[in-house]
Formats: sequence, C-alpha cells, structure tokens
Amino acid sequence: MGSAATATTRHRGAGRPWWLVERHLLVYRRSWSVFVADVTEPLLYLIAIGLGIGSLVGEVAGTGVPYARYLAPALLATSAMNSAMNEASQRVFMRIKLEKTYQTMITTPMTVRDIQFGEVSWAVLRGLATTAGFLVAATAMGLVRSPFALLAIPAAALVGFAFAACGLLVATLLRSWYDYLYLQLFMLPMFLFATTFFPLDRFPDAVRPVVQALPLYHAVTLLRQVCLGRIDQHAALSAGYLLLLGLAACALAAGRWRRMLQS
Amino acid sequence: MTSAHREPLLVEGSGLGKTYPAGPGGAAVPAVRGLDLELRRGEALGLLGTNGAGKSTTMRMLAAVSPPTHGTLRVFGLDPLHDGPRIRARLGVVPQDDMLDQELTVRENLVVYGRYFGLPKRVLRERAERLIEFAALEAKADAPVTALSGGMRRRLTIARALVNEPEILLLDEPTTGLDPQARQLLWDRLIRLKNDGVALIVTTHYMDEAEQLCDRVLIMERGALVAGGSPRELIGAHVLPEVLELRFTGTEHAAGCAAVKELIAEGAPWRLEVLPDRLLVAAADGQDAQRRIEARVLPRASLVRRATLEDVFLALTGRALVE
Amino acid sequence: MTTPAYSPAFAEFRYWGAIFAKSWRPVLVNSVVNPVLFLAGIGLGLGGLVDDRSPLDGGLSYAAFFAPGLLAAAAMQTAVVEGGQAVFNAVRTRRSYRVAAYTPLQPHDILHGHLLFIAVRILLSSAVFVAVMYAFAIPASPGAALAVPVAVLLGVTCAAPTAAWAITVQQPSVIGNFSRFVVMPLYLFSATFFPVEVMPGWLQPLVYLSPLWHGARLCRDLSVGTVNPLDAGVDLALLALTALAGYLAARRSYRRHLHS
Repeated sequence: MGSAATATTRHRGAGRPWWLVERHLLVYRRSWSVFVADVTEPLLYLIAIGLGIGSLVGEVAGTGVPYARYLAPALLATSAMNSAMNEASQRVFMRIKLEKTYQTMITTPMTVRDIQFGEVSWAVLRGLATTAGFLVAATAMGLVRSPFALLAIPAAALVGFAFAACGLLVATLLRSWYDYLYLQLFMLPMFLFATTFFPLDRFPDAVRPVVQALPLYHAVTLLRQVCLGRIDQHAALSAGYLLLLGLAACALAAGRWRRMLQS
Repeated sequence: MTSAHREPLLVEGSGLGKTYPAGPGGAAVPAVRGLDLELRRGEALGLLGTNGAGKSTTMRMLAAVSPPTHGTLRVFGLDPLHDGPRIRARLGVVPQDDMLDQELTVRENLVVYGRYFGLPKRVLRERAERLIEFAALEAKADAPVTALSGGMRRRLTIARALVNEPEILLLDEPTTGLDPQARQLLWDRLIRLKNDGVALIVTTHYMDEAEQLCDRVLIMERGALVAGGSPRELIGAHVLPEVLELRFTGTEHAAGCAAVKELIAEGAPWRLEVLPDRLLVAAADGQDAQRRIEARVLPRASLVRRATLEDVFLALTGRALVE
Repeated sequence: MTTPAYSPAFAEFRYWGAIFAKSWRPVLVNSVVNPVLFLAGIGLGLGGLVDDRSPLDGGLSYAAFFAPGLLAAAAMQTAVVEGGQAVFNAVRTRRSYRVAAYTPLQPHDILHGHLLFIAVRILLSSAVFVAVMYAFAIPASPGAALAVPVAVLLGVTCAAPTAAWAITVQQPSVIGNFSRFVVMPLYLFSATFFPVEVMPGWLQPLVYLSPLWHGARLCRDLSVGTVNPLDAGVDLALLALTALAGYLAARRSYRRHLHS
C-alpha cells in the first residue's frame, strides 16, 4: 500500500509533465502517418510552389535569392506553427470536450500546471522533430546552405512554444467544432499573407503594420534570417515577440485551465 | 459500529460547502451546504440523493480536484488545497462516465494511468497483469477500449483506479447501466477490496446497492444532509419495519383506500401511502395488517415485505420527480 | 389535405440541407472564403512576382491562369471532404446513414440525396467564386460562367468514388491519410498552381490521369476563351465516365454496407 506514496515522493513534482509526454508518445507511435504528414505537407508545398511556381519567378527581387530558397524557411516556420496549433486546437479540444482525458489526469497527482507544461513540451518536441525532418530534406534539395541554418532548430522550438501556448488558450475558448472553422478564418489568411510567399514590399504601405503584427510574420522573419544566414536585429526582435507571446498565452491559459478543471 | 471506530480516520469534513460562482444571468447556488462527514479505514460510506443533490460535487471535493468554498476538509490529515498531489497519490477515483483513454488499449490504460502516479514501469507491468485478472479482462488485455462492453469498461475503470493501490476508493454510480451479472461481479470485487482494508465512498441511485455495500449511508437533498446512519438504523428511525402492498381492480381502488383509512381512524398504528396503482401500508406487523384489511375489502393482490432503504429514501426525499 | 409527393432521395437531401442550414456560416468560410483567400494570396500576391518577370504562354497573367484552376481544385476539395469524411461520420460516428437506413429510404436513395446535396453545395460555392473572379476582372471570356457546371461535374466525379470507398472504411485515421497523401498531392500537382510544362517530362503523363487536371483545363479554357472542341470533348467525356463508374460503384457499396 505504501509503495504508491513512496514512488511519488521519489519523483517529486518535477517529472510529472513528462508522464503526459510519455502518454502522447505511446499514442503517436501508432499514428506515425501524422508525423510523416507534418514533414511531407510542407515539402509538397515547397515542391509545388517553391520549385513549380518558383521556376516562373526566378530570383526574389531585392534578395538575390532563388524563390525556392526564399520560401523554404517560411514553410518551416509555418509547419512548426501548424503542428503546434493543430495539436492544441484539435486534439486538445477533443480531449477536453469528448474524451475527458484531462479530467481523468487531475484525479492523479498530476496538477493543472503539470498538464499545461506537458502539453507545451510535447508541442515543442513535435515542432523540433518536424523541423529536423524538413531541414534535412530542404538541405538535400540544396535549398539550405548557410551553417547558421542549424539555429533553425532552436528557432523552430521557440515558434512551437509560442503557438502551443496560444493553442492551449484557444482550446479553452472553442465552444464547438464550428468555432474551429472560424479559427481557420484567422489562420489561413495569416498563412497566406505573413510574407510566407512574397515579401513585405508587395503590400501597400498602409497594410504593412498589420502584416508585421502577425505572429507568423515574426516566425517567418526569424527562420528566414537564420536559414539564409542573414541575421540582423530583426531576428532578435522577432524572437522577443514570440517569447513574450508564448509567456502571455501561458499565463492566460493557466487561469482558464484551472477554472475549467478544478472549479 | 464497534471495530470501525478503532480504525484510523481517513477523511474528516465539517461544515463542508461548495458554491459555484454565478454564471451569466444566474445567481450563485450552493451545490453543497454544511456537510459533516467522516470515513475510517475499511469502511464503506454511501452517498444517496436525487440528481442535483450534491453527491458528485462532494466526491470532487473529497478527490481534491475541487476546492471547498466553506468549512474544513482533511483527507489523510492533509489539506486538499495545498497537498492535492499527495492526497491524490493515495486515492482511487471511478468517475461516473468512464473517461477511459480512447486512444489506448486496456493494458495501456492501466500502465499510462499508473505513470501519472510516477510508478516505475516495471512495477506497473506486473500490476497491470494482476488488475486485468481482477477485472476479468484477460481476453481483452490488448484490445482498444472502444471494443469493450459497458460492463467491461466499468470493470476496467475500477481496475484503473486501483493501480496506485489506493487507501480510499471513490465510486460515482459504479453500476449504472449494467446488467445484473455485471453488477454482481462488481459488488464481489468491491467487497473483496473492502475486506482488504480499502475504504469506499459510493454514490448510487440503487438502494439495494447501498444496502449491499455500505456500512453507513448519508442521504442528501439540495446540497444538505437530511439523514445519516447504517441502513438498519435509518430503516428503524424513519419507517416502520414492514410494508404491505395492496393492488385493487380499477374501481375498487377508492373503496380499498377508504377501508384502510377507516382502520387507521379506529386506531391501527399504520401509515398509508396512496399511489395511482397501489396502496402502501407501513406497519410494525404486516401480516396482522393484511388480515385486518382483507376482512373488510378483498384486494386483487397483496404482499408483505420488509421495509427497505428505498422506502426510507422516498419517505425523506418525496416521490415527485426532481429535475 | 393533400400530401406532397414523397421522394425518398429528396428526404436525404433535406437532411443534409438542414444540417447545412444550421451551420452554413462556418461551412461557407471553408468553401468560399478559403479559395478567395488563396486567389488573393497566391494568384495576386505571389502572381505579382511571376508577372514582374514575364507573362505566361499566350500573354496570360498568373492570376488568369491560376483562378480557374483553383475553382476546380476547390470543387474537388469540397467533394472529397463531403464524400470522404462526412460519409465516414454518417456511418461510424454520427450514424445518420444508419438511422436513415431504418426508414423507408433505400440505400440508393441515401446516396442520391447526399450526392445531390454535394452538387448543390459546389454549385453555390462555385457560382460565388466565379462572381469573385469577375469582380477581380480575371476572366477574359463570358464563357467563364460555364465553368460552374464543369466544377459541379468534377465534384460528382470526385465525390461518387470517394463515397463508394469511404463507406467501407473502419478507421478514422484512414480518411485522414487519404486526404494527406492522396488529395493533397492531387491538389498541388494537377497543374492548378503552375503549367504542366514546368514539370519533368516523365511526370507529365501521370498528371493527365488526374480528374482535377481535366476539370481545371476545361475551366481555364472557358475562362480564358480558348476552348478547343476536341480537348473539351475529351475532358467532359472522361469526367462523365469516371462519375458514372464511381456512381455505380457507390450504389453497390451503399447497398452492401447499409443493408448487410
């Protein structure tokens, strides 16, 4: 009878978020195709748009870089965002509303904070895996050349953190499946217009500040600078923006999760 | 009654209350008010009440997932507000809807849940084996939980709650929706646990279940305690020991009713309850009542039975549907 | 009192219509706003980079090339979601097909009703999309309006075989993999985003197998005003034959799975 108590004291609180990650690993071992798609989807975009349309574009004016090399880091940023956001807003939402996974977890020594920490860690890990896979493929295609591109891995982790935190917040705000479709109404234009596919100077002056306020704009800027090896103060600014966004979303999500699970 | 008091006290709540914050446009309604309760090692406590009586809220407070807004609560001598994880490490919870992990198999559900307690995998592999046997799920050990029947899901949920070898098991309507065989099997398992010294807290709508399993029951209504004690004590205190049930053919129902009322007016020590289809006459001696009534009117059918907890429950909480 | 003529297939159509009526706003987001956003972002935004360098063959702007292809791609997208995920849900999760099968509806009535609903949905969203194309002054020919019925035909061509298959699927992940690994590549590589000539020569014959390529080519010729009767005949015949084969397969598989 005492073994449970001793085992828990031995672990203290520090390991608890990891137990959630362990559960996800077990589940996703069976749905490997989701991981594959995380990497192949941006690769398909890279081939269709970067190489396909890119062959019609040539070099991107003002950068001297062929279009595919310009696009690749932006797709990397997008995929880090998508894997974190989709996980949080779809799977987490399902677990809250339908499967009641978290309601079960809090009857164990796991706390709401452990769950939140575990979910964010998981999203970051997924973002890292996706990024590594995509980076290898893009490098093999000759689209990544600068050694600075290795910095893309921590950068993508930061992007994953920021968006996973936002996703945990969003998951508590969704009322039904249809709200998820409204979320897409924000995500899709962001994907298309956050300088993912064409530079900021293509926008009219009045619109530029709006674009520059988008979280994905900063994720794209950070990864593009790192992958192209052209790092200036904008990279630091964007990294700061993402860090603050993630921390703020974590703080807001914490209160909402506690009310949801422990009222 | 006798030995239970020497067992250590596991749960101690006094003046326990929970008021949820008011929703938009609604006033805050207390879900639980001024509840006192105690639980000792190896004891089984039943929480009875209509829907909305506050049973589930009480369970959530005891499980240290919902902080009380009033009163004091100690579980294992610890304060749930500050020691939630340490308390939950020693509790087992069987929620009303199973909440099994849909993405995992039977065995994985046990192991993964056990990991949330920080138990080593080596220990869990061995425990999962024993619990699968305990829950009679050997044939389904590696099946996804979506392939289980209602009874199997319930047994798995109980097995899962035992993975940390808890000292208290909280069961929220453990047998609702199960067939009689599945209920018998579950009761057998729960009584085995109780004999091993595990304390049980059970909410249920089945009075026979409460009589079978519980040493003591608390009857709640609108968040407050209305009666408490062992099933025998409650029957002794709130109803007469026997019940005579009388059925009449259509038109004679009124005549039968009048006859019983007459006898009571003449001094018969009974209590009459009139239902649309039958009369219930509570009495100390049911057979005597039966003889005296049948001397005046002849019912289509009559039956003497012992008063049950259900009679107590209906007497205390009324027959009207609460919604 | 006279009862209106009872049409079983129409009852199933009304079911899907009622569901749609409850939630048309978010659904509209998916089938109209999404392609319009793609048109703006890729067609005009990225297209600007293309046009700055050189126009496409025939002096076509990128947007003029891309928009009709996107119309076809969106029709396919709606068709495979409705014929795939929605059919799967109707059998396995929401079970509305199972409920319908307990009524006088025959399996083929259920199929007809659902296909009719898909066709009407694509008709509506395509009409809105073509209106948007006109608003951007993209089509060079009034024939662009004829691209709407072509999109509906393409939709049925994609929906019918997808439904025939989806009704047999047991695992939800299979539907997910279908959209990730089959639909997505079709969407990107059926010469909707770039001319087929850009692709390596050995890949081009594969593209001609895609129904989306034929639908997109016909829509594009109608919009640009360069319809070649032979090409158009081939496209229409292939789409219609595939639709018919898919429909017959779906009839069979609906009967087998709903009345088994």
